[in-house]
Amino acid sequence: MRFLLDAEQRAFADSLDAMLTAADTPSVVRDWSRGEQASGRALWSRIAEAGVFALAVPEVYEGLGRRPVELAVAFVELGRHAVPGPLVETVTAAALLTEPGPAKRLLPALASGEAMATVAPSGSYALDGDAATTRLALTSDGLRLAPGHGPVRRCLDPARRLTPLTPGGELLVPHPPVAHALTTARLTTAAQALGVGLALLDRTVAYVKQRSQFGVPIGSFQAVKHRLADAKIALEFARPLVFGAALSMSPAEVAAAKVAACEAAYATARTALQLHGAIGYTAEYDLSLWLTKARALRSAWGSPRECRNVVVSARDRRW
Amino acid sequence: MDLAFAPQDEAFRAEARAWLEAHVPAVPLPSLETEEGFAAHRAWEAELAADRWSVVNWPAAYGGRDAGLLRWLVFEEEYYAAGAPGRVGQNGISLLAPTLFDHGTEEQRARVLPPMARGEVIWAQAWSEPEAGSDLASLRSKAVRAPGGWRLSGQKTWSSRAAFADRAFGLFRSESRAPKPHQGLTYLMFDLRAPGVTVRPIARLDGKPAFAELFLDEVFVPDEDVIGEPGQGWRVAMATAGNERGLMLRSPGRFLAGADRLFRLWRAEGSPQDTEDRVADALIGARAYQLFTYAAASRFLDGALLGPESSLNKVFWSEYDIALSETALDLLGAQGEAADTDWSQRYVFALAGPIYAGTNEIQRDIIAERLLGLPKGRR
Repeated sequence: MRFLLDAEQRAFADSLDAMLTAADTPSVVRDWSRGEQASGRALWSRIAEAGVFALAVPEVYEGLGRRPVELAVAFVELGRHAVPGPLVETVTAAALLTEPGPAKRLLPALASGEAMATVAPSGSYALDGDAATTRLALTSDGLRLAPGHGPVRRCLDPARRLTPLTPGGELLVPHPPVAHALTTARLTTAAQALGVGLALLDRTVAYVKQRSQFGVPIGSFQAVKHRLADAKIALEFARPLVFGAALSMSPAEVAAAKVAACEAAYATARTALQLHGAIGYTAEYDLSLWLTKARALRSAWGSPRECRNVVVSARDRRW
Repeated sequence: MDLAFAPQDEAFRAEARAWLEAHVPAVPLPSLETEEGFAAHRAWEAELAADRWSVVNWPAAYGGRDAGLLRWLVFEEEYYAAGAPGRVGQNGISLLAPTLFDHGTEEQRARVLPPMARGEVIWAQAWSEPEAGSDLASLRSKAVRAPGGWRLSGQKTWSSRAAFADRAFGLFRSESRAPKPHQGLTYLMFDLRAPGVTVRPIARLDGKPAFAELFLDEVFVPDEDVIGEPGQGWRVAMATAGNERGLMLRSPGRFLAGADRLFRLWRAEGSPQDTEDRVADALIGARAYQLFTYAAASRFLDGALLGPESSLNKVFWSEYDIALSETALDLLGAQGEAADTDWSQRYVFALAGPIYAGTNEIQRDIIAERLLGLPKGRR
C-alpha cells in the first residue's frame, strides 16, 4: 500500500501544468466559446503530443494502454487550466471503441490528436459536435457514427457548445461497453472538476490577499478565512476519492468521486464568487471561465443525485 | 500508487479479525461514562492487552506488536467492523504515549506505558482551564519548585474521563515572567488521587459524567514526572500534536463501520428516498476519510511531517460524525428521541467533536493561515 502519485506521475502533471500555463488558456477558451476553433485545435494537438489521449487507447491501436490513474492526473490539470473542448468525450469514445474493426479505423487518430470525438446517448446533447470530427451516438441498437449535428445551443458554461447529433449513420458497434465508458466519463469529469475547484481556490486565495477593505487585506478576516478553509477541506477530501476510483475503476467508487469532486468544485465556485464580489460576477474577468464550468460539470455524465444512487445501490461497493 | 496491502499485512488483518471474532463481547458494554461501564471497559483493555492487541503499533517491550502505522490502520478497521467497545484508554494511548516516545525518558516509558497498555492506569487529559480553552497558552495553573519536584496549584476543567480515571497530564506555568505566554510552561503527569487534588465530575448534555473539573492545591509531583525540560512544555506538547497523533486521533475504521451501520439501518427502514442522499454522503465521506488517511500515512512513512494537515482531518471527521448520527436519528423517527440507544449515545458524543481537541474555528484559522498562506488577523 502506497497511496501516493509516483515521481513519474508528478512529473507528468508538472509538465502539463507548465505547458498549459504558457498556452494562455483563457484566450483559447474565449475563442472556443465564439466558435473559433483554430487556437483550441492547436492546443488540442499539444495536449495529444503530451500523450493525454493515448492514455485511453490500447497499445495495439497506437496508444499508451488504458491508464486511468494517469488520465486522472491529466484531467486535473486540464480542469485547472479550464481547457475547452470535448476532452472527456474523446476518452469516453475511446472506451466505447473496443471492437477490432472500428478500433483500428478510429482509435489511432484519437490517440494522436488528429481527430476529436464527441459522444452522447441519442436524444441528449453532444458536447462540441461542431468541432468534433468523430461524432458517436449511443442508440438502442448500439454505437452509431452520426452523420452530422444540429444547431449549437448555448450552455451555462460558454466554453461548452451543446449540439444535438443527426440521427442515423453507420452502426459501428452493436454491443458497446456502455458501463465501462460511463465509468471513464465520470472519472475524467470528476478529475476535471477537482482541477476546476483547485484553480478557483488558488485564484481566490491570491485575490483576498491583495484586495483591501477597512485598511487590511480581506484575507485577514475570519469570515473569509473560514469559507476558504472549508473549500480547501472539501477539495482535499475529494482528491483521494478521485485517485482511489482511478485505481479500482469500480462504478460505485467512481460515482462517489464524481459526487465529492463536483460538489467540492461547485461549493468552491460559490465561495470564489462571493469573495471576489462584483468583479467575479463579470464575464470579462477570467474567474468566470472556472465558475461556469464548475456548475456545468456537476450535471455532466451523471448528476449528484444519479451518482449517489449508484453508491447506495452498488453491488461492487467495497468499503 | 496502489491500495493493495502486502500479504503479511493481510495476514495480520486475518489474525486480528479472528481474535476479535472470538473475544468481542456479545452484549455491548455499558457506557464508559458511567462507573460500572468504566470498570467494564478497563477489563476489556486488560483482555486486549493480554494478547497484545491494545497498542499494536507500540514496541513489543511495552506490550505492543511493533505493527507500524499501516497495520494500526488495518487493526482499527477490523476493530470497529467487529463492533468492539470504545477505548477508555484512548487519552493516554493517543495523546500521552506519543509524547513519551518522543520526549520521555527510558525510565518514564518503562514505568508509565505497560500499565497504560493493560488498562491498569487510565489517563485523563488536563489541558483546558476556565480562562484557557482555544487560547491554551493563556493558562494560569502553576508549578512551583519544591525539594525533589514541583507543587501544582490552580484549576483545570473539561478534563475528559477524569471522573473515573487514575492519573492526568497537562501543562503548568512554571515561570511567571516568561516573555511570551507559551514560554515557561512545564509538561507534568500527576496522580488524580494525590493529596490536594479535588475532582468534581461535570455532567455532559445527557447527564453522564464524561468530564470533570480538577482543583489542585499544592499537589506534589516528583521530578521524574516532568516530561521533557522544565519550561519547554509547550514545545513538547505541540511537537507530537500534528504528526502521527494527528492521524491516530480518530481512525477511519470508526467511520467506515459507522457508515456501514447507517447503511444497514437505512435498508432495514425500507430505503426511504428522502434520506438516500445523506446515506450516500455518509458512505462517500467514510471512504474519503479512509483514503485521505492512507495518503497521509504514505507521506508520513516517506518521512514527511504532517503538521497543519491534521487540521483538515479534524474538521472533516468532527462534522462528519455529527451528520452521520443525525441521519441515523432522523431515520429512527420518534425512536430516535430515546437517550439510551447506540445512535443517540453516538450523537451526544459527536456533538462535542467540533469543540474539543482545538475548536473547529481554531482549526479553520490554522488551515487558512498555514496551508493557504492567508495573513493573520484578529480572531
